[in-house]
Amino acid sequence: MQPIHRRQFLITTGYLSIGFTLFGCSPSTEEASAGSEGDFTLESPAGPLPGPSQIDAWLQVLEDGTVRVLTGKMELGQGLTVAIQQVAGEELNTSPGRVSVVLADTGRTPDEGITAGSRSMETSAMNVRRAAAAARERLLEMAAEAWGVEQNSLFLEEGHVKLRAKQEQLSFADLLKGRQLSAGIPKDISLKPKDQYQWVGRPVPHPDMEKMVRGEALYIQDMRLPEMAHARIVRPPVYGARLEGWDKAVEQMPGVLKIVENGSFLGVIAEEEYQAIKAQEALQQRSQWGAGPELPEVTSWPDYMLAQGGAGQKPVKEGENTHHAVYSKPYVMHGSIGPSCAVAAFQDGRLHIWSHTQGVYPLRATISSMTGLAEEDIRITGVRGSGCYGHNGADDVGADAALLAMAFPGRPVRLQWQRQDEHLWEPYGSAMRMELSARLGPDGKIEQWAYDLWTDSHVNRPFGDAGKLIAARYLADPFPFDKTESGIRGGARNSEPYYKIPDAKVKSHYVEGPLRVSALRSLGAYANVFAIESFMDELAEKAGRDALDFRIQHLDDERAVEVIRELKELTKDVPVASGEGMGYGFARYKNTASYCAVAAKVQVNLEEKVLRPIKMWAVIDAGEAINTDGLKNQTEGGMIQAASWTLMEEVRFNQREIASKDWRSYDIIRFDTAPETEVVVVNRPEQPVLGAGEAAQGPSAAGIANAVYAACGKRVRELPVKKGLFG
Amino acid sequence: MQSTREKLRLGVNGKTYTIEADPDTPLLYVLRNQLGLYGPKYGCGLGQCGSCMVLIGGQAVMSCTLSVKAAEGKDIRTLSGLAGDDGTLHPVQQAFIDEQAAQCGYCTNGMIIAAVSLLKQNPQPNDEETRLAFQNNLCRCGTQSRVLKATRRAAEKT
Repeated sequence: MQPIHRRQFLITTGYLSIGFTLFGCSPSTEEASAGSEGDFTLESPAGPLPGPSQIDAWLQVLEDGTVRVLTGKMELGQGLTVAIQQVAGEELNTSPGRVSVVLADTGRTPDEGITAGSRSMETSAMNVRRAAAAARERLLEMAAEAWGVEQNSLFLEEGHVKLRAKQEQLSFADLLKGRQLSAGIPKDISLKPKDQYQWVGRPVPHPDMEKMVRGEALYIQDMRLPEMAHARIVRPPVYGARLEGWDKAVEQMPGVLKIVENGSFLGVIAEEEYQAIKAQEALQQRSQWGAGPELPEVTSWPDYMLAQGGAGQKPVKEGENTHHAVYSKPYVMHGSIGPSCAVAAFQDGRLHIWSHTQGVYPLRATISSMTGLAEEDIRITGVRGSGCYGHNGADDVGADAALLAMAFPGRPVRLQWQRQDEHLWEPYGSAMRMELSARLGPDGKIEQWAYDLWTDSHVNRPFGDAGKLIAARYLADPFPFDKTESGIRGGARNSEPYYKIPDAKVKSHYVEGPLRVSALRSLGAYANVFAIESFMDELAEKAGRDALDFRIQHLDDERAVEVIRELKELTKDVPVASGEGMGYGFARYKNTASYCAVAAKVQVNLEEKVLRPIKMWAVIDAGEAINTDGLKNQTEGGMIQAASWTLMEEVRFNQREIASKDWRSYDIIRFDTAPETEVVVVNRPEQPVLGAGEAAQGPSAAGIANAVYAACGKRVRELPVKKGLFG
Repeated sequence: MQSTREKLRLGVNGKTYTIEADPDTPLLYVLRNQLGLYGPKYGCGLGQCGSCMVLIGGQAVMSCTLSVKAAEGKDIRTLSGLAGDDGTLHPVQQAFIDEQAAQCGYCTNGMIIAAVSLLKQNPQPNDEETRLAFQNNLCRCGTQSRVLKATRRAAEKT
């Protein structure tokens, strides 16, 4: 096979006037044909990448004078791309539209680990900001030298260095003459004064939005390469089942190119996508599998978690001024609308995977361990996928595609999971139990607090250990999966109260649960904040205090107090009719990131089994806001997604199998229920940027539960709320 | 096993295409893989999520459960066929940009198709009618409140 080049791709696809935009900017057909972006080759790029302390690791100037930024992070739908454009453009006095962004690629970009934990702004955006500032200084130096003038007579504007006094200007490209800025980024690099910002801190629209509304190829799911074959995998019917046999007649079905069998890993490669699906369906019906281990029967999460994880610490000694409560949440799915997808090609011992993974470098290490290929023979290129919300099937489908491509060298193989593969095999957010007890002092303030939580792990990501990948566990020579090694990682997030309490004890208990689990947006914080903020309302009632004032009474962080006060002001005139209720929740995510206070107004009718969140409000302080509308969008989405988890979501299973296999058996919030939203951003340009994408989840859960209590007097402590209210 | 391929004529975005496919193939795969129209997305293949929607005779239809044979001779319009010949966006597309009514954007195809279908039949829908029109469209990023705003904005303009 010839190496796959973009040029060939464009010619082959003919009527596709624009090629698939893999690299975050949109070269025209002419440019691409001229080879400026021609990088669909399986060869590794020439030479080592610049080190992350060099400007050109992060930023390059293109021939047309525009700027290309390389980030080691991924666009997950969280708006990373536009924020990166804004910070780079700002330092260079150049419109964000003239900055293109290359997403994580082991062949091109720095290693920034995984895109998770709401850390992209705190890390990648700040790295890019510093690199762009260093680039500005270097460009000014070069221009000053070229013109023989003082640097202070120069300024940057729209991709040019200009002389203040005269009309003269030089474009970045003309200054560099094809070279890149390989100088180091000084540790003490001075950044543009924030009072001179033109783009940062404003609602700059996302550059991909127009492509989305025009239906252009944008996602990994839309990627097409010449000679590409389509694949599907056939998973065991239940966890742990082993393949015993399959009907070889399936090999003769139309379009089938190869059936790949390796132990209990089974997949089909076909010429056309629908042929692959038909062969997959045939194999599902005509393959034999052994029984997997039985799943436990769970009727109550609090009981199950306690039985499995052991007793907690002694609750606060019971008395007149004490309160005690137990909360829980079930397993919840990520539920991306687009099932996981990857394209892989294997040729001459080299493997290239295009993936919507959150971490190209960690996935490369893990694929290396699974396949035995050296890391330098594997390249993983990040391409945006459907919304992510944590560790979903992206890494697993990349591993599946790698195995299929290696068994079918010479042609790219595209694998998209079916809906059922995603629902049944993605790693869920763990079920949890939270137990709280507290005592109020004579002044009505909390003087003693005991908190216990029980959970499975919240991080089972592939950081090099092949056993973390589904496929690797089912190979003829399987990789073991060691669950206990990871403990509750991330489960204790936000379990320490942010409130000032003289005597507070927090303890966590590991439970090895029955279902596959890993990171789901906000990890343990969602359930911990749900429990703590529900309990705060219960305590406030006991103390005879207003729920928000009670919180403020226990806070000594002015910024926390301010978001709560703002929320109180924002919602003070909201009319509340009979059958309706308002509820509130607050948290500082991770106790170190964004401050977020949420209010929910719900309508409850117990007889008619109606529960509707009518509107949700949030006030968020994420320090310096890079893109105010992006921050609002994330917070609105966080509230609606959390409303869905809280009201109705629960992965169902019986002893035989997981029963949540599609959107009927695992439904999520629909338009008849989705609340209106309103978000106020407290922008603090003088403060560091704080992660914000996961701040609303926990406060939203508590806000809804507290609103339900206000509306109908029923306190729901076991999620989902609808089940607790209506059975 | 015999392949049962047929030549079929499809009318998509004002053009007529002759394609060859198994007549049972869901329209979605033909649009994406043979005609290079990437607006409609695979989400569930079960008609449950709406990401594959196209307009057929102006009505929003799930293309993942409709066979290409059944779509023959119909007037099919996809997301990329909504803009004018000069590239001018349809008012609903423009409203989605104005409201930034997406995050990951995977469901956006279905949202815009459902909105166009609604506004064609009911140019001034009330809140309940609007919500009902999107009842088969799932969004996981939680952009429903923005999608409703964008639809209201488009309704005001038309």
